Order: sequence, then structure tokens, then C-alpha cells
Amino acid sequence: MREQLEALRDEALQLVNQASTQKELNDVRVKYLGKKGPITEVLRGMGKLSAEERPVVGEIANAVRSVIQTELEQRLVDVKQQEMDAKLALEAIDVTLPGRPKQVGQAHLLQQVTDEIEDIFVGLGYTIAEGPEVEQDLFNFEMLNLPKDHPARDMQDSFYITDEILMRTHTSPVQARTMLASKGEPIRILCPGKVYRRDEDDATHSHQFMQVEGLVVGEEISMADLKGTLEAFVKQMFGEAREIRLRPSFFPFTEPSVEVDVSCFKCGGKGCNICKQTGWIEILGAGMVHPHVLEMAEYDSTKMSGFAFGMGIERIAMLKYGVDDIRHFYTNDVRFSEQF
Amino acid sequence: MLVSKQWLQEFVDVRHKTGQELADLITKSGIEVEGVEVRDADLNNIVVGRVLTKEKHPEADKLNVTTVDIGQEEPVQIVCGAPNVDAGQDVIVARVGARLPGIKIKRAKLRGVVSEGMICSLEELGFEKKYIREDEQDGIHTFREPVTPGQDVLELLGLHDEVLELGLTPNRSDCLSMYGVAHEVAGILNTTPVFPSVEVPEAASSTAVTVQLDSEACTFYAAREIRDITIGESPLWLKNRLIANGIRPINNVVDITNFVLLETGQPLHAFDANKLGQQIVVRQAKAGETFQTLDEVERTLDPSMLVITDGERPVALAGVMGGANTEVDSATTSIVLESAYFAPTSVRKTSRVLGLRSDSSSRFEKGVDPRRVVLALDRAAMLIAELAGGTVLSGTAEAGTLQLEDHLIEGSVSYINHRLGMEIEGTVMKDLLERLGLEVELSADALTVSVPTRRQDLMIPADLAEEVARLYGYDALTSSLPREASRGFLPKRNQHRRKMRQLLQGAGLSQAITYSLTSEQRAMQFNEQQDLHPVKLAMPISEARSTLRTSLIPGLLEVAQHNVARQHADLAYYELGSVYLQRDASLETLPLEQEMLAGIMVGLAEQHRVHGTHVKTDFFVIKGIVETLAEALDVPLTYEAAAMQSMHPGRTARILLDGEAIGFVGQVHPGLSKEEYGLKEVYVFELDAMALHSKVARVYQEISRFPSMTRDVAIVLDRSVSASEVEAVIMQAAGPLLKQVELFDVYTGDNVGADQKSFAFSLRYQNKERTLVDEEVTTAHQQVIEALQSSFKAELRS
Repeated sequence: MREQLEALRDEALQLVNQASTQKELNDVRVKYLGKKGPITEVLRGMGKLSAEERPVVGEIANAVRSVIQTELEQRLVDVKQQEMDAKLALEAIDVTLPGRPKQVGQAHLLQQVTDEIEDIFVGLGYTIAEGPEVEQDLFNFEMLNLPKDHPARDMQDSFYITDEILMRTHTSPVQARTMLASKGEPIRILCPGKVYRRDEDDATHSHQFMQVEGLVVGEEISMADLKGTLEAFVKQMFGEAREIRLRPSFFPFTEPSVEVDVSCFKCGGKGCNICKQTGWIEILGAGMVHPHVLEMAEYDSTKMSGFAFGMGIERIAMLKYGVDDIRHFYTNDVRFSEQF
Repeated sequence: MLVSKQWLQEFVDVRHKTGQELADLITKSGIEVEGVEVRDADLNNIVVGRVLTKEKHPEADKLNVTTVDIGQEEPVQIVCGAPNVDAGQDVIVARVGARLPGIKIKRAKLRGVVSEGMICSLEELGFEKKYIREDEQDGIHTFREPVTPGQDVLELLGLHDEVLELGLTPNRSDCLSMYGVAHEVAGILNTTPVFPSVEVPEAASSTAVTVQLDSEACTFYAAREIRDITIGESPLWLKNRLIANGIRPINNVVDITNFVLLETGQPLHAFDANKLGQQIVVRQAKAGETFQTLDEVERTLDPSMLVITDGERPVALAGVMGGANTEVDSATTSIVLESAYFAPTSVRKTSRVLGLRSDSSSRFEKGVDPRRVVLALDRAAMLIAELAGGTVLSGTAEAGTLQLEDHLIEGSVSYINHRLGMEIEGTVMKDLLERLGLEVELSADALTVSVPTRRQDLMIPADLAEEVARLYGYDALTSSLPREASRGFLPKRNQHRRKMRQLLQGAGLSQAITYSLTSEQRAMQFNEQQDLHPVKLAMPISEARSTLRTSLIPGLLEVAQHNVARQHADLAYYELGSVYLQRDASLETLPLEQEMLAGIMVGLAEQHRVHGTHVKTDFFVIKGIVETLAEALDVPLTYEAAAMQSMHPGRTARILLDGEAIGFVGQVHPGLSKEEYGLKEVYVFELDAMALHSKVARVYQEISRFPSMTRDVAIVLDRSVSASEVEAVIMQAAGPLLKQVELFDVYTGDNVGADQKSFAFSLRYQNKERTLVDEEVTTAHQQVIEALQSSFKAELRS
């Protein structure tokens, strides 16, 4: 009986080793270990054995069963692995094919520049103020020290709607409005927005463009504070190595007034086509708020002083990104939008 | 303002500076020099030649062979093609080796004849045509003045000069004169300017001219009478000065008035005395009065304009231009010379209304220096006596008064230093201000400055701060930051905008910025509010940019049109910007500026060709974007079918928030999009951007630990019932256990009636407190079914 069992064992193990699918393995299990299998047969015939032989044969039979069982299980693990490998091999794809990207839109370049400027000045303690684009002559000119018939009004040709209402020519009326509303309290605001001038559109002129202005009013605000503020802005916007230069100028709403140049961010000041060989690029106008402007907005100009500055967003964007035609900003050509 | 360095030299010593050095100094202290022209940069070796003989060229009809004395031992032979060359003339000769703009003169053979140099026209020396005498337009220049062969022509014509172009800001009208520029440059160079003394040689007999002022727009008027004038050409030096400053010489009298205008900044006018008479009356023009100005244009005047009259008819438009009826011409022998102070606003208005600007009006409208009104008159009278042989009658006819007093500014050293953030000594400030010709008294901190009438821009202490700073130099300015700390923040509305922008960009739309001004017709497209009045510009540049928009859609359609025409057929753009809504018919109030968020989509929304997949933009794609936005912004939007003239009648939804319409979404009417924008199928949305700013604060909702149960319901109902109506009934009927309703199938076709459709909804029930019991879900679901049956006569589908 022992021989019989061992023969069965060898036979089963051989089949286990030959099996290459889960099904074949299952067949082997059913055939040799199932209720009708030969080992069960042998065990059933044990009743005929003597009491001494019975445990011995039983032990052998159990050992044979156990070996087959163990081998089957091990083999099953291997076969499963092989089957999985084969299946996955069939599923292989060319991973270098393009994916299915989600289209993502871009912020307008003028928006990106505006956001960047806003963030810099929020960091310097400013908040954002806004006002209407269709404005009263009062706020656009008169409260900025530009009475009717002032020759300096020629500096800005305007789109009037009625004698008293026009498209604002700069964001400065927001300053006047904010000062009036602040009732003598200190102010620190940044005013971005659209402005309009009566210009024919060409590569460097646009009847609509964007400006951002800043206004600080407080006790003992000086020209040195203006210079320090603009230096901080320019270094953040154009790089740590940048410097600024103030040149005397004229605006009706500031006194003294200056034009501010930044050292060329392309050539670093050596002279190139961007800075027209001068090493400096004019980027903004600024000055100390004119005492008349403070007083018209009910500030005591003997106690309070302030500075203001303003720049064109298009100009900053054109300089920083090398855009050569202002009309690109308003055509919204896909080939332009996609670049930024 | 053009400034000849040679001329400037008469008042200030600038010999030790080049034009460019001078320009840099002037620019640095506040007046931008826009250019420096070195007038002899391309010229040398050009001398006076006397034509000795002239013969026809043997081989060429149009050429002459001349011998010319150019101050050397032997005359030279020059072949000349000019028709007006002749023996005896004094001409300009470019010698062999000379340089002219673009040419180098070499010894040459012209049709076999040797030519040693070139006889030149003024044009060949770089003069503009307008400066060349009528009869020499097509030929060479000949000197009428006594000159010597061999003399340096560049010297004679004043070309060893540099001309600075000043870009003057409106406050510095004092520099619209050589005197003013001389004061400024002397201040910069720290020297004192010198001006010519004026003495009028008066005749014994006195003038009988009378002046009467009948308008407040003229505060002072003075006139001198000059007789026995010989009108003729001005001397070379005078013509040279005018040409260097951009003015065309005409005749000695006119040239002198222009010369004195440039010198002093005071405009003058000369009338032919025989045409004018003895009486001058200054008054406002009468309505409809007509008058021919010197430029031969007949002008219709109105009572806002100031005129000079002879008691009857206008003879000049005050401060703007003289009249043809009293013009000085070659036959003139007597003149009346005018110098006056006209109110700046009056001149400015007249010049603007008539569209007529002159060297005179541009000075009067900024305010001339009262102290130079009489000075200039006398200076011109003196020069006319000298250069036109005139006899100046004694006395000046005048009327009115001038403000001649200095203006006092009470400033202080500490004020200026505070304002600048600098620490400049009072004595230094005093010195700087005195350099500009101001009188300064310094006593402890007090700085009292007496400003002469020529500097009308200096009014208040802040103006002194600027004068000190610009001469001291901004390079010395230190940097600081405002001392007080301040709370900087991005306001909520700005944060909201950034969030909307990020969401739409994440959804694949790029930002557009378009013009606020459009055509009147497009301005009112896509906004069907009946009470709006168009907001139009009084003087637009073009009809296409004449009216303020009331919707962002037309601008976005133009963007789509532009791109589709350039082979970009798949587009998704949004814009965040204002529309301008005017409900006040009188237009006296400002329009409401409402910030809108709009989007446009054309073509494919998504395409992956290699994978064979694409999504075509349709109503539901763009509506999905609005839904995504609303979901993320936490605003519960609802939709209902809408009819708008510019939109597809069956594919447009009004968007509502709490029952209020805040926008729309849908397909642009195909007729409109095709005809006007060349676009077949365009989808758009437009929403009130600030309505999307949710005021609801989000609060944490407990996440249920208990499972949910899902039941489906499929119904057949009338085709006209909308999904949102059905959904509303379901939500209403189901009670608190219903957590979510999802429409997952819509069917129309053979299996339902022709006017019917089928909806299938999936309903998810959940209880936060405990596990659901089957019966309670069944009860709730049964309520839903009954409600659907009773509300819509819906039949259940199995």
C-alpha cells in the first residue's frame, strides 16, 4: 500500500509540475485530492489493515496528501503570476503617445502684469481702489489742479460725452475720489484701470489703455519716501540689480514732479536697442501731491503731504516681454494669447 | 522751441560747452532736450565764388562752363548745370575735397570738360525748400549782400551752429523765448545773462494813433507808428537767426516782428498804417461777422472772440493772426506796430474754435511776461528804424494797465527739506534760487522769495521746492519708505475676480481684453433692457469706436471672427469687464458701470486626434462651464428658456439667482453670427460678475457614517416639460431623506409618443443619524412617483 501511495504521489507531482494553467492545476487537485480520488480510495481501504499497520499507512497517506497539497499551492502561485504576466504583456501600450491633456486658458498679459504690480504693492501696505471709467470733468481734471482752459489739458486729448462728462484720461480721478472719501485720514492705495485718450490706434498709441497709479498721503511723507518706494517696486518687478533715476518734469497735480527711469533690464546699463543706447528706460511719472490737490480734497496741506506715481501697463508689458505693437493687446489673437 | 547756440551766446557765455553737453545739463535740470542738430556736421570747404565768365558747354546744351574766383591766385573752371548761373554773380562754391550732405566733391570731367568744384543751391547745403527764395527754387543761390571771394560760406550763413530742440512742458512757457532760455541756462551754469539795451530813436513829430479797449479780454494795448519804411529783404544775420529757429524770412518788417517774438516771447503785429488809419478799437467780435486772416481764409467770428478793429471792421484776430485787409506788403511805407496783453483763455478759445494756431497764439494762451510788452515794442521799433530805414514817431499810443509787480512767496527751509526728504542748507537754497534770477531773503528758517513776472509758474512754496531740487540734483536724494506701517490687503472683490479668472482658465478659456467703445449698432446688441440710452462720444475718431458697450458679447464675437479668419477655428475666450448702462435720458449723470463676466466658444471644445476622441462645443458644453463656475463659487444658479433677439430662439437660457435674472447662456442667433461676424455656430454666456460673489460663509457639514440607498425612476411625460421643472417637483416631494437627484437619461423616439419624452432619474437617499430602513425609502420614493403623476400626468416606465 505504501508503494501504491508513493506511486500516486510521484504521478501527481509530475502532473503538478507539468500544469501551466489554473485549470490544469485544479484538475490535478480534483483528481488526486478529491473525494473520489485515489488517495481517498486508499484511505477508505484502511479498515482492512491491522491495528499496527493502520497508523503507519495513515501517516504515509497524510504525508502524500500534504506534499501534493503544498506543491499544488506553490505551483498555483507561479501559474497565476505567469498568467498575469501574459495578460499584462498583451495590455502593453506605447507610453510615448501623447496623453489627453486638459486645455488650460491663459490670463491676458496685461492682467498678469497688473496682478504682479498689485501683489508687490499689497506687500508694501497698499490696498486697491477703483473708480468709474466714465468720469466727471470735476474729478478727471478740476480736482487735479487742471481748471477748465488750463493749457496742460492739451497734454491729454479727451473723449468727451457731454461738456461735463468724459472717458477718464488717467486713473488719477480715483485719487481725488479716494481723498474726498477719506476725510483727512492717511491713504495708501493702488489704482489700476482702463483709461482713454483721443488717439488714432497705431503701433505705439491706443485709444484705450491701462494705467496703474499709487497714492500715499500721511504726515511727513517726502520725496525720499517716493524714491525708496519706487526702488522697492522696480527691484521686485525687474530684478534686484535694477536702479532708478529721477529727472525733473511737470504734471499739474504734483509739485515737484519727476520722470523715473530704471536702469536697462536688458543690457544692465551698457546701452542697447531697448534703452536706445542710454542705459536707462523711462517707466513712470511721479511727484509730491500738489498742495492745491490736497486742499481741494479737504486735506490740510500744512500738516499732511503725499506722493503719487503712475505708469502705463502696456508700456511695462511691452518692455518686459519685448512686445513691439500695442495693438496686440486688444486683438486677442490666439497666437499671441498662447505665448504668456 | 528751437534754440540756436550761436544766438544764445549773445546772452550767456556757452562757448565752453558743446551743444550736447549743454543739452545734457538742461535735461538734467528739468527741461527735456529732445534733439541737438549740428548744422555743419556734413559740410566743409564751402566758400564764396565770383563768377568771372560763363560759356556754353561745347557738348551739352544744358551745361555751362564758368570760371570762378574763389579767393585763390588763379580762378577755377567749374561746369554748372543751373539755368540761372551768370557772370558777375557771387555764388556758393564747394571746392574740390568739400563735403556736402551725401556727396564728396572731386575733380571731374563733364562731357570732356574739367570741373574743379561745384556751384551749389541752398538745398544742396541741406536747407529746406521753404527757406529758399522763389526765383532760386530751381537754381543756385546768389548772394545780394557784399561778400568776398574765398569767404567761408558756412560762417556767412550762420551754419557753424548747433540747434537744441527743447520739449517744453506747459508750465515752462517762459522758455518760449531766447530771453527765457538765457535765464534758465545762466541759472544752470551759475552765471548772469546779459540782454541788449533798447533805445528808440524817436522823431520830433508824435503819433496821432489812438487806442480804445472795449473788452476785458485785453488788459493792455500799446502801438507805435513808424513812417518812411523801405520794405525789402532782411540782412543775412537776421535771416540766419529766423531759419535756425524754424521761421521763414519774408521781409524786413515781418522778419523783425518774428525775431523779437523769438527773442522776448512777446508776439507783435505790424499793420500797414495807410490801410489801417489812426484809430484802434479792441472789442469782442459780433455774431456772424466775417474776416479774412493773413492765410487768406475767410473766417466767421462769434462774440467769444476778441478782435482788433479800425473802429469799424476787424483788422486782426487778437493774439492769433492779422488780417489781409491791413497786411504789410512791398508797397507799404508806414506801419502801426502792436504789442499787447491778451487774456490767455480768450486766445486759447479762439484758436481752438477756429482750429488756427500760430507762434503768437501759442504764447498768448500760456500768458506772456507783462514786463516785456513795451520792451518788445521798443526793441522792434528800434530795429525797424535801423534795418528798414523807418522814422519812429514819438510817443506810444496805449490803453489799459499791466501787472508788473513781483510775486512774493513766503516759504521756509524746513518746508522744502521736509517735502524733499533732504537736508539742504538755507544758504545753499538761497544761492540756487538766486541763480534763476529770483530775489531771496533768508532769515533763520524763513525763505522769502520775490518772483519776477516772467516766471508765472512759481506761485507757492512747493514750487520753490522743485526749483531747489532740480538745480541741486535728484542724485543726492536718499531713499526711505513711509514710516507708518499700514495694513495692505487685496479687497474681496479683487479676490473674487481672481477666483473667477482662475476657474475659467482651468476650464480652458483664455482671457480677452477688448475695447469698451464700439459702433452704435453693436453697442446695443445682446442687451435687451428697454430703458437704456446709448452713451455716445461727442467727437468720436470713427463710427466703429463711437458708443460705449452694454454687453461684452460683440467684442468677443470680433475676437472670434479675427481668429477664425486666421485658421483658428477652435476657440474659448472669456472677458471680465464693465458695460455702461445709462438710464438717464438727459445723460447728465454718470452711467452705471456694471462688471460682467462673458465667455465665447467656437468649434471643438476638446480634441485628441491620436486617440480618436473629440468634444464639439454645443449648448451643454458652455452651460457646463457656467455650472462648474457656479458650483465652485457656491452660487445656486437656475436656468429657464429665454427669447432674445440676438440669440437662437430654441437654444438660449436665462440664468437666475434667487429668482433674479443675472445673465444668459446659449447659441448666438445663426443669422446674426453668420452675416455680421462670419461665424456659423457660436456659443456665449454673459453674467453679472459681482452677483456671483457669494456672501454665504461655508460651514463644515458632518460626513455621514451611514450608507445611502439609490432608487431610480423613469417616466414618460409631455415633451414640453423641462428637466428643471421635474427636478423641482422631485425635491419638493421626496422629503428630507433625499440627498441627490441625477437625471441620467433623456429619450425621445419610437418607444414613446410623438409629443412625449422619457426622463430617467437616479435618487440617492440618506439619513445622517442612522442606517436607512427599506420602508422609509419606499415611502419617500412613492411620494415622488405620485407627485410626478399628478403634476405632469407622467406615466411610469418599467
